[in-house]
Amino acid sequence: MRTNTSRIRKVFENKPDGEKIMSLFITAGYPDLESTVDLILGFEANGAEIIELGMPFSDPLADGPTIQYASNTAIENGITMNAIFEMVNEVRKTSEIPLILMGYINPVMRYGIEKFCRKAAECGVDGLIIPDAPIEESTELEKSAKANNLDLIYLVAPNSSDERMRIVDEHSSGFVYCVSVTGVTGARQGDEVAKSVERFIDRVNENVTINPKLVGFGIKNHDDARIISQKTDGFIVGSALIDTIRTFYPNNGWKENVFSFVKELKFGKPE
Amino acid sequence: MPEILIPALEELETAYENSLNDPLFQKEYHDLLREYVGRPTQLTFADRLTKHYGRAKIYMKREDLCHTGAHKINNAIGQLLLARKMGKTRIIAETGAGQHGVATATACAKFGFDCVIYMGAEDMERQKLNVDRMRLLGAEVRSVESGSKTLKDATNEAIRDWVTNVENTFYIIGSVVGPHPYPMMTRNFHRVIGEETKEQLKKTEGRQPDFLVACVGGGSNAIGFFYPFIEDENVKMIGIEASGLGADTDQTAATLTIGTPGVLHGSLSYLLHNSEGQIQLAHSISAGLDYPGIGPEHSHLHDTKRVHYYGVTDKEAMDAVKLLSDKEGIIPAIETAHAFAYLETLMPLTQKDQIVVVNCSGRGDKDMKTISDWFSKPENNI
Repeated sequence: MRTNTSRIRKVFENKPDGEKIMSLFITAGYPDLESTVDLILGFEANGAEIIELGMPFSDPLADGPTIQYASNTAIENGITMNAIFEMVNEVRKTSEIPLILMGYINPVMRYGIEKFCRKAAECGVDGLIIPDAPIEESTELEKSAKANNLDLIYLVAPNSSDERMRIVDEHSSGFVYCVSVTGVTGARQGDEVAKSVERFIDRVNENVTINPKLVGFGIKNHDDARIISQKTDGFIVGSALIDTIRTFYPNNGWKENVFSFVKELKFGKPE
Repeated sequence: MPEILIPALEELETAYENSLNDPLFQKEYHDLLREYVGRPTQLTFADRLTKHYGRAKIYMKREDLCHTGAHKINNAIGQLLLARKMGKTRIIAETGAGQHGVATATACAKFGFDCVIYMGAEDMERQKLNVDRMRLLGAEVRSVESGSKTLKDATNEAIRDWVTNVENTFYIIGSVVGPHPYPMMTRNFHRVIGEETKEQLKKTEGRQPDFLVACVGGGSNAIGFFYPFIEDENVKMIGIEASGLGADTDQTAATLTIGTPGVLHGSLSYLLHNSEGQIQLAHSISAGLDYPGIGPEHSHLHDTKRVHYYGVTDKEAMDAVKLLSDKEGIIPAIETAHAFAYLETLMPLTQKDQIVVVNCSGRGDKDMKTISDWFSKPENNI
């Protein structure tokens, strides 16, 4: 647990009752290296309160086809860890939106865990999500994150035991990421997610009591988001956003189309 | 490993530990090894190969004589029994050369389990015979089109399947890679290779070997072969990686020779990856060795220098295929031929009163197309 209040925690503290926080995932360097910063700022302008910036990895084994595709494209575009830090620097020139780096442990280890955390913090990163590094394997990461005032967000899944959820809550800071269904990332049919998710979220609420909770995996529109995040602090959308970019890029006005999707995710269809 | 798999891995570890103390489980496993797999496999003296080099005596541990044609079945049967004990109804596996896929499909047919095998599209092309075998055995073979379309990508897909269907599905990993407890478990299901070798050599020669040689991709045959000898410092052990076109080229799978530590598929081990931590594509003419990682225990044995690891090129391995076929009437798998190829380097350094045992991990029927194509090129017959 962090003692000082991070940008991420502030978002939850300042959230009016009943409102839901929207966190958006975008792969750094997708669809091209130049657009990432514009996209982040545009997401913020259209209702996103937290940004998860994906660090591409060649073997994203927790991700479905959409994020695999975005990762591969970004790697082909020549994304590097230093380029990602540059993007964060650029965003920080004009924005205070909480930024989380999300990715796999190997590129982080290759960069050097301590060096990575220090550099991230210097640029203005607020937190980390490393889905293939569960608590047992994150001693060094946890230490470095803490030393650099970075929130470290762990995940709970429908098959996590009550005890496991409590442990995750104790080790997490910022929020706890609730994976709504067992499986990889990717947009799913709304019914499929909503039915199974309710009992899981009830269990989360009983056991995760220290941190705020965001729910993700499978949310593809405003209705999904509204239903699934009902008993949580908000929701995360990644694959459906990338699918939308994929639909419009690189047509004229693609960014505007993507931003109106974002706005609709948050506020619903305009009357 | 993703959080979703943590409960599954804990459940697996508990079930595995219980199986070690379960006499019925152990009896069934060993009965199957004897009656179905055909163990113990023979230890064959390589008479003409020994004369060819004129130095130490060469023996071959004949894992190629196992049912399905390679050592992989030892582990597939063991893990399948565990799956049954845990009440899982669906089996998935990855395969590179197809030997583990065939072994898993075989075990599933024997016990009546649903079976899905993930295989890289490129490997399906290279190992078409094994694809046909798996399908005949009732398995669904899913072609993996992502990444390099080989073993590492098949492993990614299998993990994604497992994450999605973790409730009813057991993932039978084919090598000593992946998250704990897989590397340990797979090693233990293969240690029968080394245990038998020890006993058989004692019977015929009254002593222990001086050298053990085995090929290493992920490293399952090698670790099973080496493990029972690790405490015996007089036994020198050599693991042979695939250098592909050479460890100094980018067409290689020589993980320990040129790799650095990293995390892939849930284990911390040496890896082929670039300065950004992106996994690099491994190359070997043998589909079973072109994995960009290696079992974590091999990394440890490399660091402690208990086992020495060297690379052998595609060409050296193919020459060994020919030599072993010619001298001993055994067509080895191309993977296995990498171990035999190292005899060119090792044998001149040995003495006549010494003993070398090579693990003949698999037979080469599956590779006949690759072998024929290779030797149809004049430049490869020099």
